Amino acid sequence: MKPSPPKRIAVHALLVAGSLVFIFPFVWLITTSLKPVEQIMKMPPDWLPRAYYAPVQGQRLKVVKERQLDESSVLVNYAHGNERKRVLLPASRYRDGQAELEVRVADRTETIRVPATIEKHAPAGSWLVREKLERLPQDPGPPARWDCAPPDQIEERIEPAWWNYRGAIRYTGYYEGRFLWWTYRVPMFLVYLRNTLVVAVLGVIGTTLSSSLAAYGFARIPWRGRDTTFLVVLSTMMVPFAVTMVPLYGVFRALGWIGTLKPLWVPAFFGSAFNIFLLRQFFRTIPQDLSDAARIDGCSEWGIFWRVILPLSKPALAVVALFHFMWAWNDFMGPLIFLTRQDTFTLSLGLQFYQSQHGGSEWHFLMAASTLMILPIVVLFFFTQRTFIQGISTTGMKN
Amino acid sequence: MSPSERRNLRNGLLFISPWIIGFCVFMLYPTLASLFFSFCDYSVLERPVWIGAENYSELASDGVFWVSLGNTAYYAVIALPLGMMLAIGIALLLNTKVRGMAVYRTIFFLPSIVPVVAMAILWLWILNGRYGVLNYSLSLLGIPAKALPAWLENKHWAMPALILMGLWGIGHAMVIYLAGLQDIPVHLYESADIDGASWWQKTLHITLPMLSPTIYFNLIMGIIGTFQIFAAPYIMTSGGPERATHFYTFYLYNLAFEDLRMGYACAMAWILFLIILGLTLLATKVSAKHVHYER
Repeated sequence: MKPSPPKRIAVHALLVAGSLVFIFPFVWLITTSLKPVEQIMKMPPDWLPRAYYAPVQGQRLKVVKERQLDESSVLVNYAHGNERKRVLLPASRYRDGQAELEVRVADRTETIRVPATIEKHAPAGSWLVREKLERLPQDPGPPARWDCAPPDQIEERIEPAWWNYRGAIRYTGYYEGRFLWWTYRVPMFLVYLRNTLVVAVLGVIGTTLSSSLAAYGFARIPWRGRDTTFLVVLSTMMVPFAVTMVPLYGVFRALGWIGTLKPLWVPAFFGSAFNIFLLRQFFRTIPQDLSDAARIDGCSEWGIFWRVILPLSKPALAVVALFHFMWAWNDFMGPLIFLTRQDTFTLSLGLQFYQSQHGGSEWHFLMAASTLMILPIVVLFFFTQRTFIQGISTTGMKN
Repeated sequence: MSPSERRNLRNGLLFISPWIIGFCVFMLYPTLASLFFSFCDYSVLERPVWIGAENYSELASDGVFWVSLGNTAYYAVIALPLGMMLAIGIALLLNTKVRGMAVYRTIFFLPSIVPVVAMAILWLWILNGRYGVLNYSLSLLGIPAKALPAWLENKHWAMPALILMGLWGIGHAMVIYLAGLQDIPVHLYESADIDGASWWQKTLHITLPMLSPTIYFNLIMGIIGTFQIFAAPYIMTSGGPERATHFYTFYLYNLAFEDLRMGYACAMAWILFLIILGLTLLATKVSAKHVHYER
């Protein structure tokens, strides 16, 4: 039933409008992650990340436009003890080779006059520009250079601040590790990533293996009490995590696992109800003749499972692996409860920790870090889209 | 028992043995222990002390408990039906054989795979009262700056803000609805067309009844999910402002792991379990009347 053309246009219009709304948060995420920090808190927002270039002390540099001078000014040099200093003064405060400076003496401000030479005249409307330093406040390095530049010498370019991503990774701090006598420093972010991968990959191996074993036992071997036991499997899906989490904490504490990654992946080696259910449904669709033929050829039950059923079940196993990977990548409450040391955090917990420390201003870093956390999942989804959508569709069907 | 029966029993138990161990250690023991702890004063650091039903009677008079329950119910009552309508609506649009269906489906689905922590941080920024893009968009629609709420910092608007964020993630349910819609036999629509049924009539008398098992499934999943909402209030609002987003599981977590009142938290967890069971049973009862299974 293909709808009529006007109806089709209406449907498309609705879908396009809806899609724009759904995509919008992603757009905002990515543009924010690519904007230089000065551009983040701008209202109305700037949709494109911009960079400014201006001459600073004879060199063309990437700069931050700090403020526009509202009166004609001069940039002067003067000697202060052994140091040479540069200041920007209103032109009215420079006369006869002398600059009027305000200095604080104890708790009041005094005006003094010092001999100074003019480096540059800055007409009203010029900008005070400061070299854009692509480094974190705690990083060593020379201070930012600055200068004045008339608007026509400042060049604006549409240029993403890719540096935000490097900054975000490094902003989470460093892990100081030691291997024999060799000490090394790794950004915490990469430690979080490694922990997440450990939990996700071990969990995927564990749950596909153990759940398919159990599913085979429920789907392909007739034994007394099987269906009742399977009902027990299904009923465990109803138990909220909140019910088991306190005693589980006690169990893991007794095992000495609190503060390690073990509580997050070891249980996966003992099957999960949802995956057992999913795989059982799939195993049941495989013709019994295949098992019978293998048995006549002298195959053991294990042999049938390993050499006949598993190779035929790759699509279902892929769904289970994929779901578990996503779940592990996403899990927040488990890590929050069971992890204690920062170097064991997963990305979820690390990102939340980072947010709770630096939330409220460092939005460019937060968005960059979030993008880094979302990106692998989105890429994984694009590569496995069919498996994924089919997996979700079948879960809805079997109730 | 014949030898083959015995062999099957042995093999069957062997195959499910990892699950049996896991079930006992990670499910059966914790569930029973949790029930026991709910009648105890327990802090994990010391041995539990039996105090009878005191935790439960204290909960009944705990104002914060009722606030958390009320908030969670408020969220569920608004977010579940809204999410359901939106998900079914989009699925219906996608099911009209339009070109580019796969692209649209991906777009609507994508937000639901965004990890919850990243989603919470992104929406903190979107919902920011001063620099947030939501308020900016609303101001473009002509809403005066004074009328724009600070969302998560405003006790009346924090919950709607979280609901809005939740609606962004309905893609998962939408895919399930879409699969349900695609399973509806075409001949039903063809015969309705012959009878001259309108689009609305077909939706009301074919689509929705045929989709009802899927609706029921998503409803149950939605109820279970909603009552366990934790990360969003934990990360975004810490339950505030003025406990406006103090969710059930958020309170439970704080009791157990901040105040170390584990026994009290277990009592709360068991009440949650009973609520979920009750609501599921209720949904099943209602669905027995209204859900159409083709069998």
